[in-house]
Amino acid sequence: MDVLLLSRLQFAMTTFVHFIFVPLTLGLSLLVAYMELKFVRSGDETYRRMAKFWGKLFLINFALGAVTGIALEFQFGTNWSRYSAYVGDIFGSLLAIEATLAFFLESTFLGVWIFGWNKLSPKMHNAAIWLVALAANLSAFWIIMANGWMQNPVGYVFGDGRAELGSFMSLISNEFAWHQFIHVLSASYVLSGFFVLGISAYHIAKGSNVDFFKKSFRIAAPFTLIFAIVVVVQGHSHGATVAKYQPEKLAAMESHWETRTQAPQYLLVIPDPSNQRNRLELFPIPGGLSMLAYHDFNAEVKGLNDFPREDHPPVMTTFLSFRTMVALGFLFPILAVWVWFKRKTPEDSPLLLRILPWIIPLPYIAVQLGWIVAEMGRQPWIVYGMMRTSEAVSPGITTAQVAGSLAGFMAIYGLLVALCVFLLSKYGRKGPAPAPAVQE
Amino acid sequence: MLETTWFLLWGILWAVYFALDGYDLGLGMNMPFLAQGETDKRIIYNAAGPFWDGNQVWLVTAGGVTFAAFPATYAVLFSSLYTPLLLLLFALIFRGVSYEFRRKVDSDSWRKFWDGCNVLGSFLPALLFGVAFANIFMGIPLNAQQINEGNLLTLLNPYGLAGGVLFVVMFSMHGSLWLAVKSSGELEKRATNLARKMWGAVLTMVVLFLALSVLYTNLFDNYMNNPALFIVLVLPVTGLILTRKYLDNGEQWKAWASSAVGIIGVTLFGIIGLFPKLLPSTIDPAYSMTIANSASSTLTLQIMLGVALTFVPLVIAYQTWVHIRFGHKITQEDLEYEEAY
Repeated sequence: MDVLLLSRLQFAMTTFVHFIFVPLTLGLSLLVAYMELKFVRSGDETYRRMAKFWGKLFLINFALGAVTGIALEFQFGTNWSRYSAYVGDIFGSLLAIEATLAFFLESTFLGVWIFGWNKLSPKMHNAAIWLVALAANLSAFWIIMANGWMQNPVGYVFGDGRAELGSFMSLISNEFAWHQFIHVLSASYVLSGFFVLGISAYHIAKGSNVDFFKKSFRIAAPFTLIFAIVVVVQGHSHGATVAKYQPEKLAAMESHWETRTQAPQYLLVIPDPSNQRNRLELFPIPGGLSMLAYHDFNAEVKGLNDFPREDHPPVMTTFLSFRTMVALGFLFPILAVWVWFKRKTPEDSPLLLRILPWIIPLPYIAVQLGWIVAEMGRQPWIVYGMMRTSEAVSPGITTAQVAGSLAGFMAIYGLLVALCVFLLSKYGRKGPAPAPAVQE
Repeated sequence: MLETTWFLLWGILWAVYFALDGYDLGLGMNMPFLAQGETDKRIIYNAAGPFWDGNQVWLVTAGGVTFAAFPATYAVLFSSLYTPLLLLLFALIFRGVSYEFRRKVDSDSWRKFWDGCNVLGSFLPALLFGVAFANIFMGIPLNAQQINEGNLLTLLNPYGLAGGVLFVVMFSMHGSLWLAVKSSGELEKRATNLARKMWGAVLTMVVLFLALSVLYTNLFDNYMNNPALFIVLVLPVTGLILTRKYLDNGEQWKAWASSAVGIIGVTLFGIIGLFPKLLPSTIDPAYSMTIANSASSTLTLQIMLGVALTFVPLVIAYQTWVHIRFGHKITQEDLEYEEAY
């Protein structure tokens, strides 16, 4: 084990754990803000209780998302100092802008929202959570612009032995990054939607707080359906941007070895990366891959064998993650349509109610797999085509240091994930606080 | 000029971070000395409640700005201070989570665990920031490849440790003053008394730290070359004197604000002495990280300056509003509030 490998493991682990907490905060903040808006407009106490109940689950996630996010910022400097020095001009400025524009707003007004129920007017209080939701999503925008630049570097010039900013406009109009942003955002909304649906279904099935949870269910249903469709449709065109800008990644996602026109899409493939071929290819759709990648049945799709071996991403991981993510991605709209039809009377469909709580983990798995495709599929590059991951690692740090910190992260993050699951299921099961007694 | 502006902004961001997170870190580490029972503890948690999260973002921003404006320094600084920074991070993680989790399970051992996390997670960052910044003022053994030849023990030199103790006592006083603002009765009295004691300790440490700075650092060179700069020392001195004055008059808000000015003054004193270096090398001054060899491109600095000049005043405005809006004394009603910590 060397510093490079340990640093990669550490970064991978801390990113995954960070992204267990983040997607829920992106979508749930919007849903909570909307619930509270309904309270402000209608005066219906149920909506206020809804905002508080779902808000509590949101807060548990937010705290963990925020503290685990700082770990990532630190690691660019501690473990990837060559990377930081080389691209800080561009990448660092996006992170700094994120903190200044978004993270301040989010963290400050979250405090206001938590402590302001009795201190602010209902409208002001609702404005606080809207600011939090807006800032959370704005935060995601800047972070994904930064990641999108690592995927498809644009707007830079080489100067002074590093990448320098050439055009800020090209940086934030990066086609690849925008696709990624919409994809990640809509996937996060789907995750948040199924989270609310799953917990609501659990309570409706149990017959506890039925009115409360039916209202929650009804708010989450269209939200989930819309974004489950968006994520699939847009995911397809995101795939096309991968084909355009990162052909090796596309080839690895599909385990596609030989360059050819009219490339078929095989429904069943068993890759054999060590022999640079597939062990098994079954059920071809003629021209399917050409069509999916380039919107043309006859297009040429480059195979991995036409790329230098040292530029190949890890094929097996990328391929399996991609396939599984896509399979899950198709499951969600189907479920969401079913949910949509039952949104007014979910209690009439015990089967749906029984299934939904078990669905909660699946979008989590899908988003993690998506990040594996994006990040592992980009290897061996840290900045695609520009800087290799192996060139990015800090000189002067020792294996013992990184092994120590990795052990620390594993212990601490393990504890945090366990606590998060424990608290979410404790408070999710417990249900909302009872409605206050009617004033005499 | 642009680089110099960013150097100053960089210093100001760190100074504001210390002035803000300083009081909630202080609240945490004072807890064992001030809290007599569960109610006191909850008052201490809730005194930081609406603010600590927003305060901590100043750290993220100060770190982010180091990365963006001086990437080469960010790279060398963070990889050189690998172990202390990760310890700091772990401490901050536990502290942050302790706020959110402490009241989520009704059990004494659960609360005790998170109290421990909060106390340690407040004390360690205060100490480590002090040690880190003293070492930055003094310099670390950077070689020609700009790799640190020292280790954790190199950082724990007398000057570094003095910096650590200085930060601990400054934050402890700052936290006591905020608790005096937010509490009443016995707890308020205990907080005021601790602040008085700490005031003496801060005064002693400031004098000692300045004296050691003459011995261990070149911070005074800039001041000797340009004596007008000594005016910067007015900030910490006035801050410290006014803290005492307002403390004796029972004007807690003003005492706390003066202490904030003091912290900002102490930090800026060091930062200005450092200029134009960001991280000196003790092996050879030529190996130092400076604004000249680590600043970002002009375009990046310009764009970020636009962002900073627009949004930082806005942040200061809304955070000030939050401090005023939630700066009242905590009452029984606040503790019964459903969302209270």
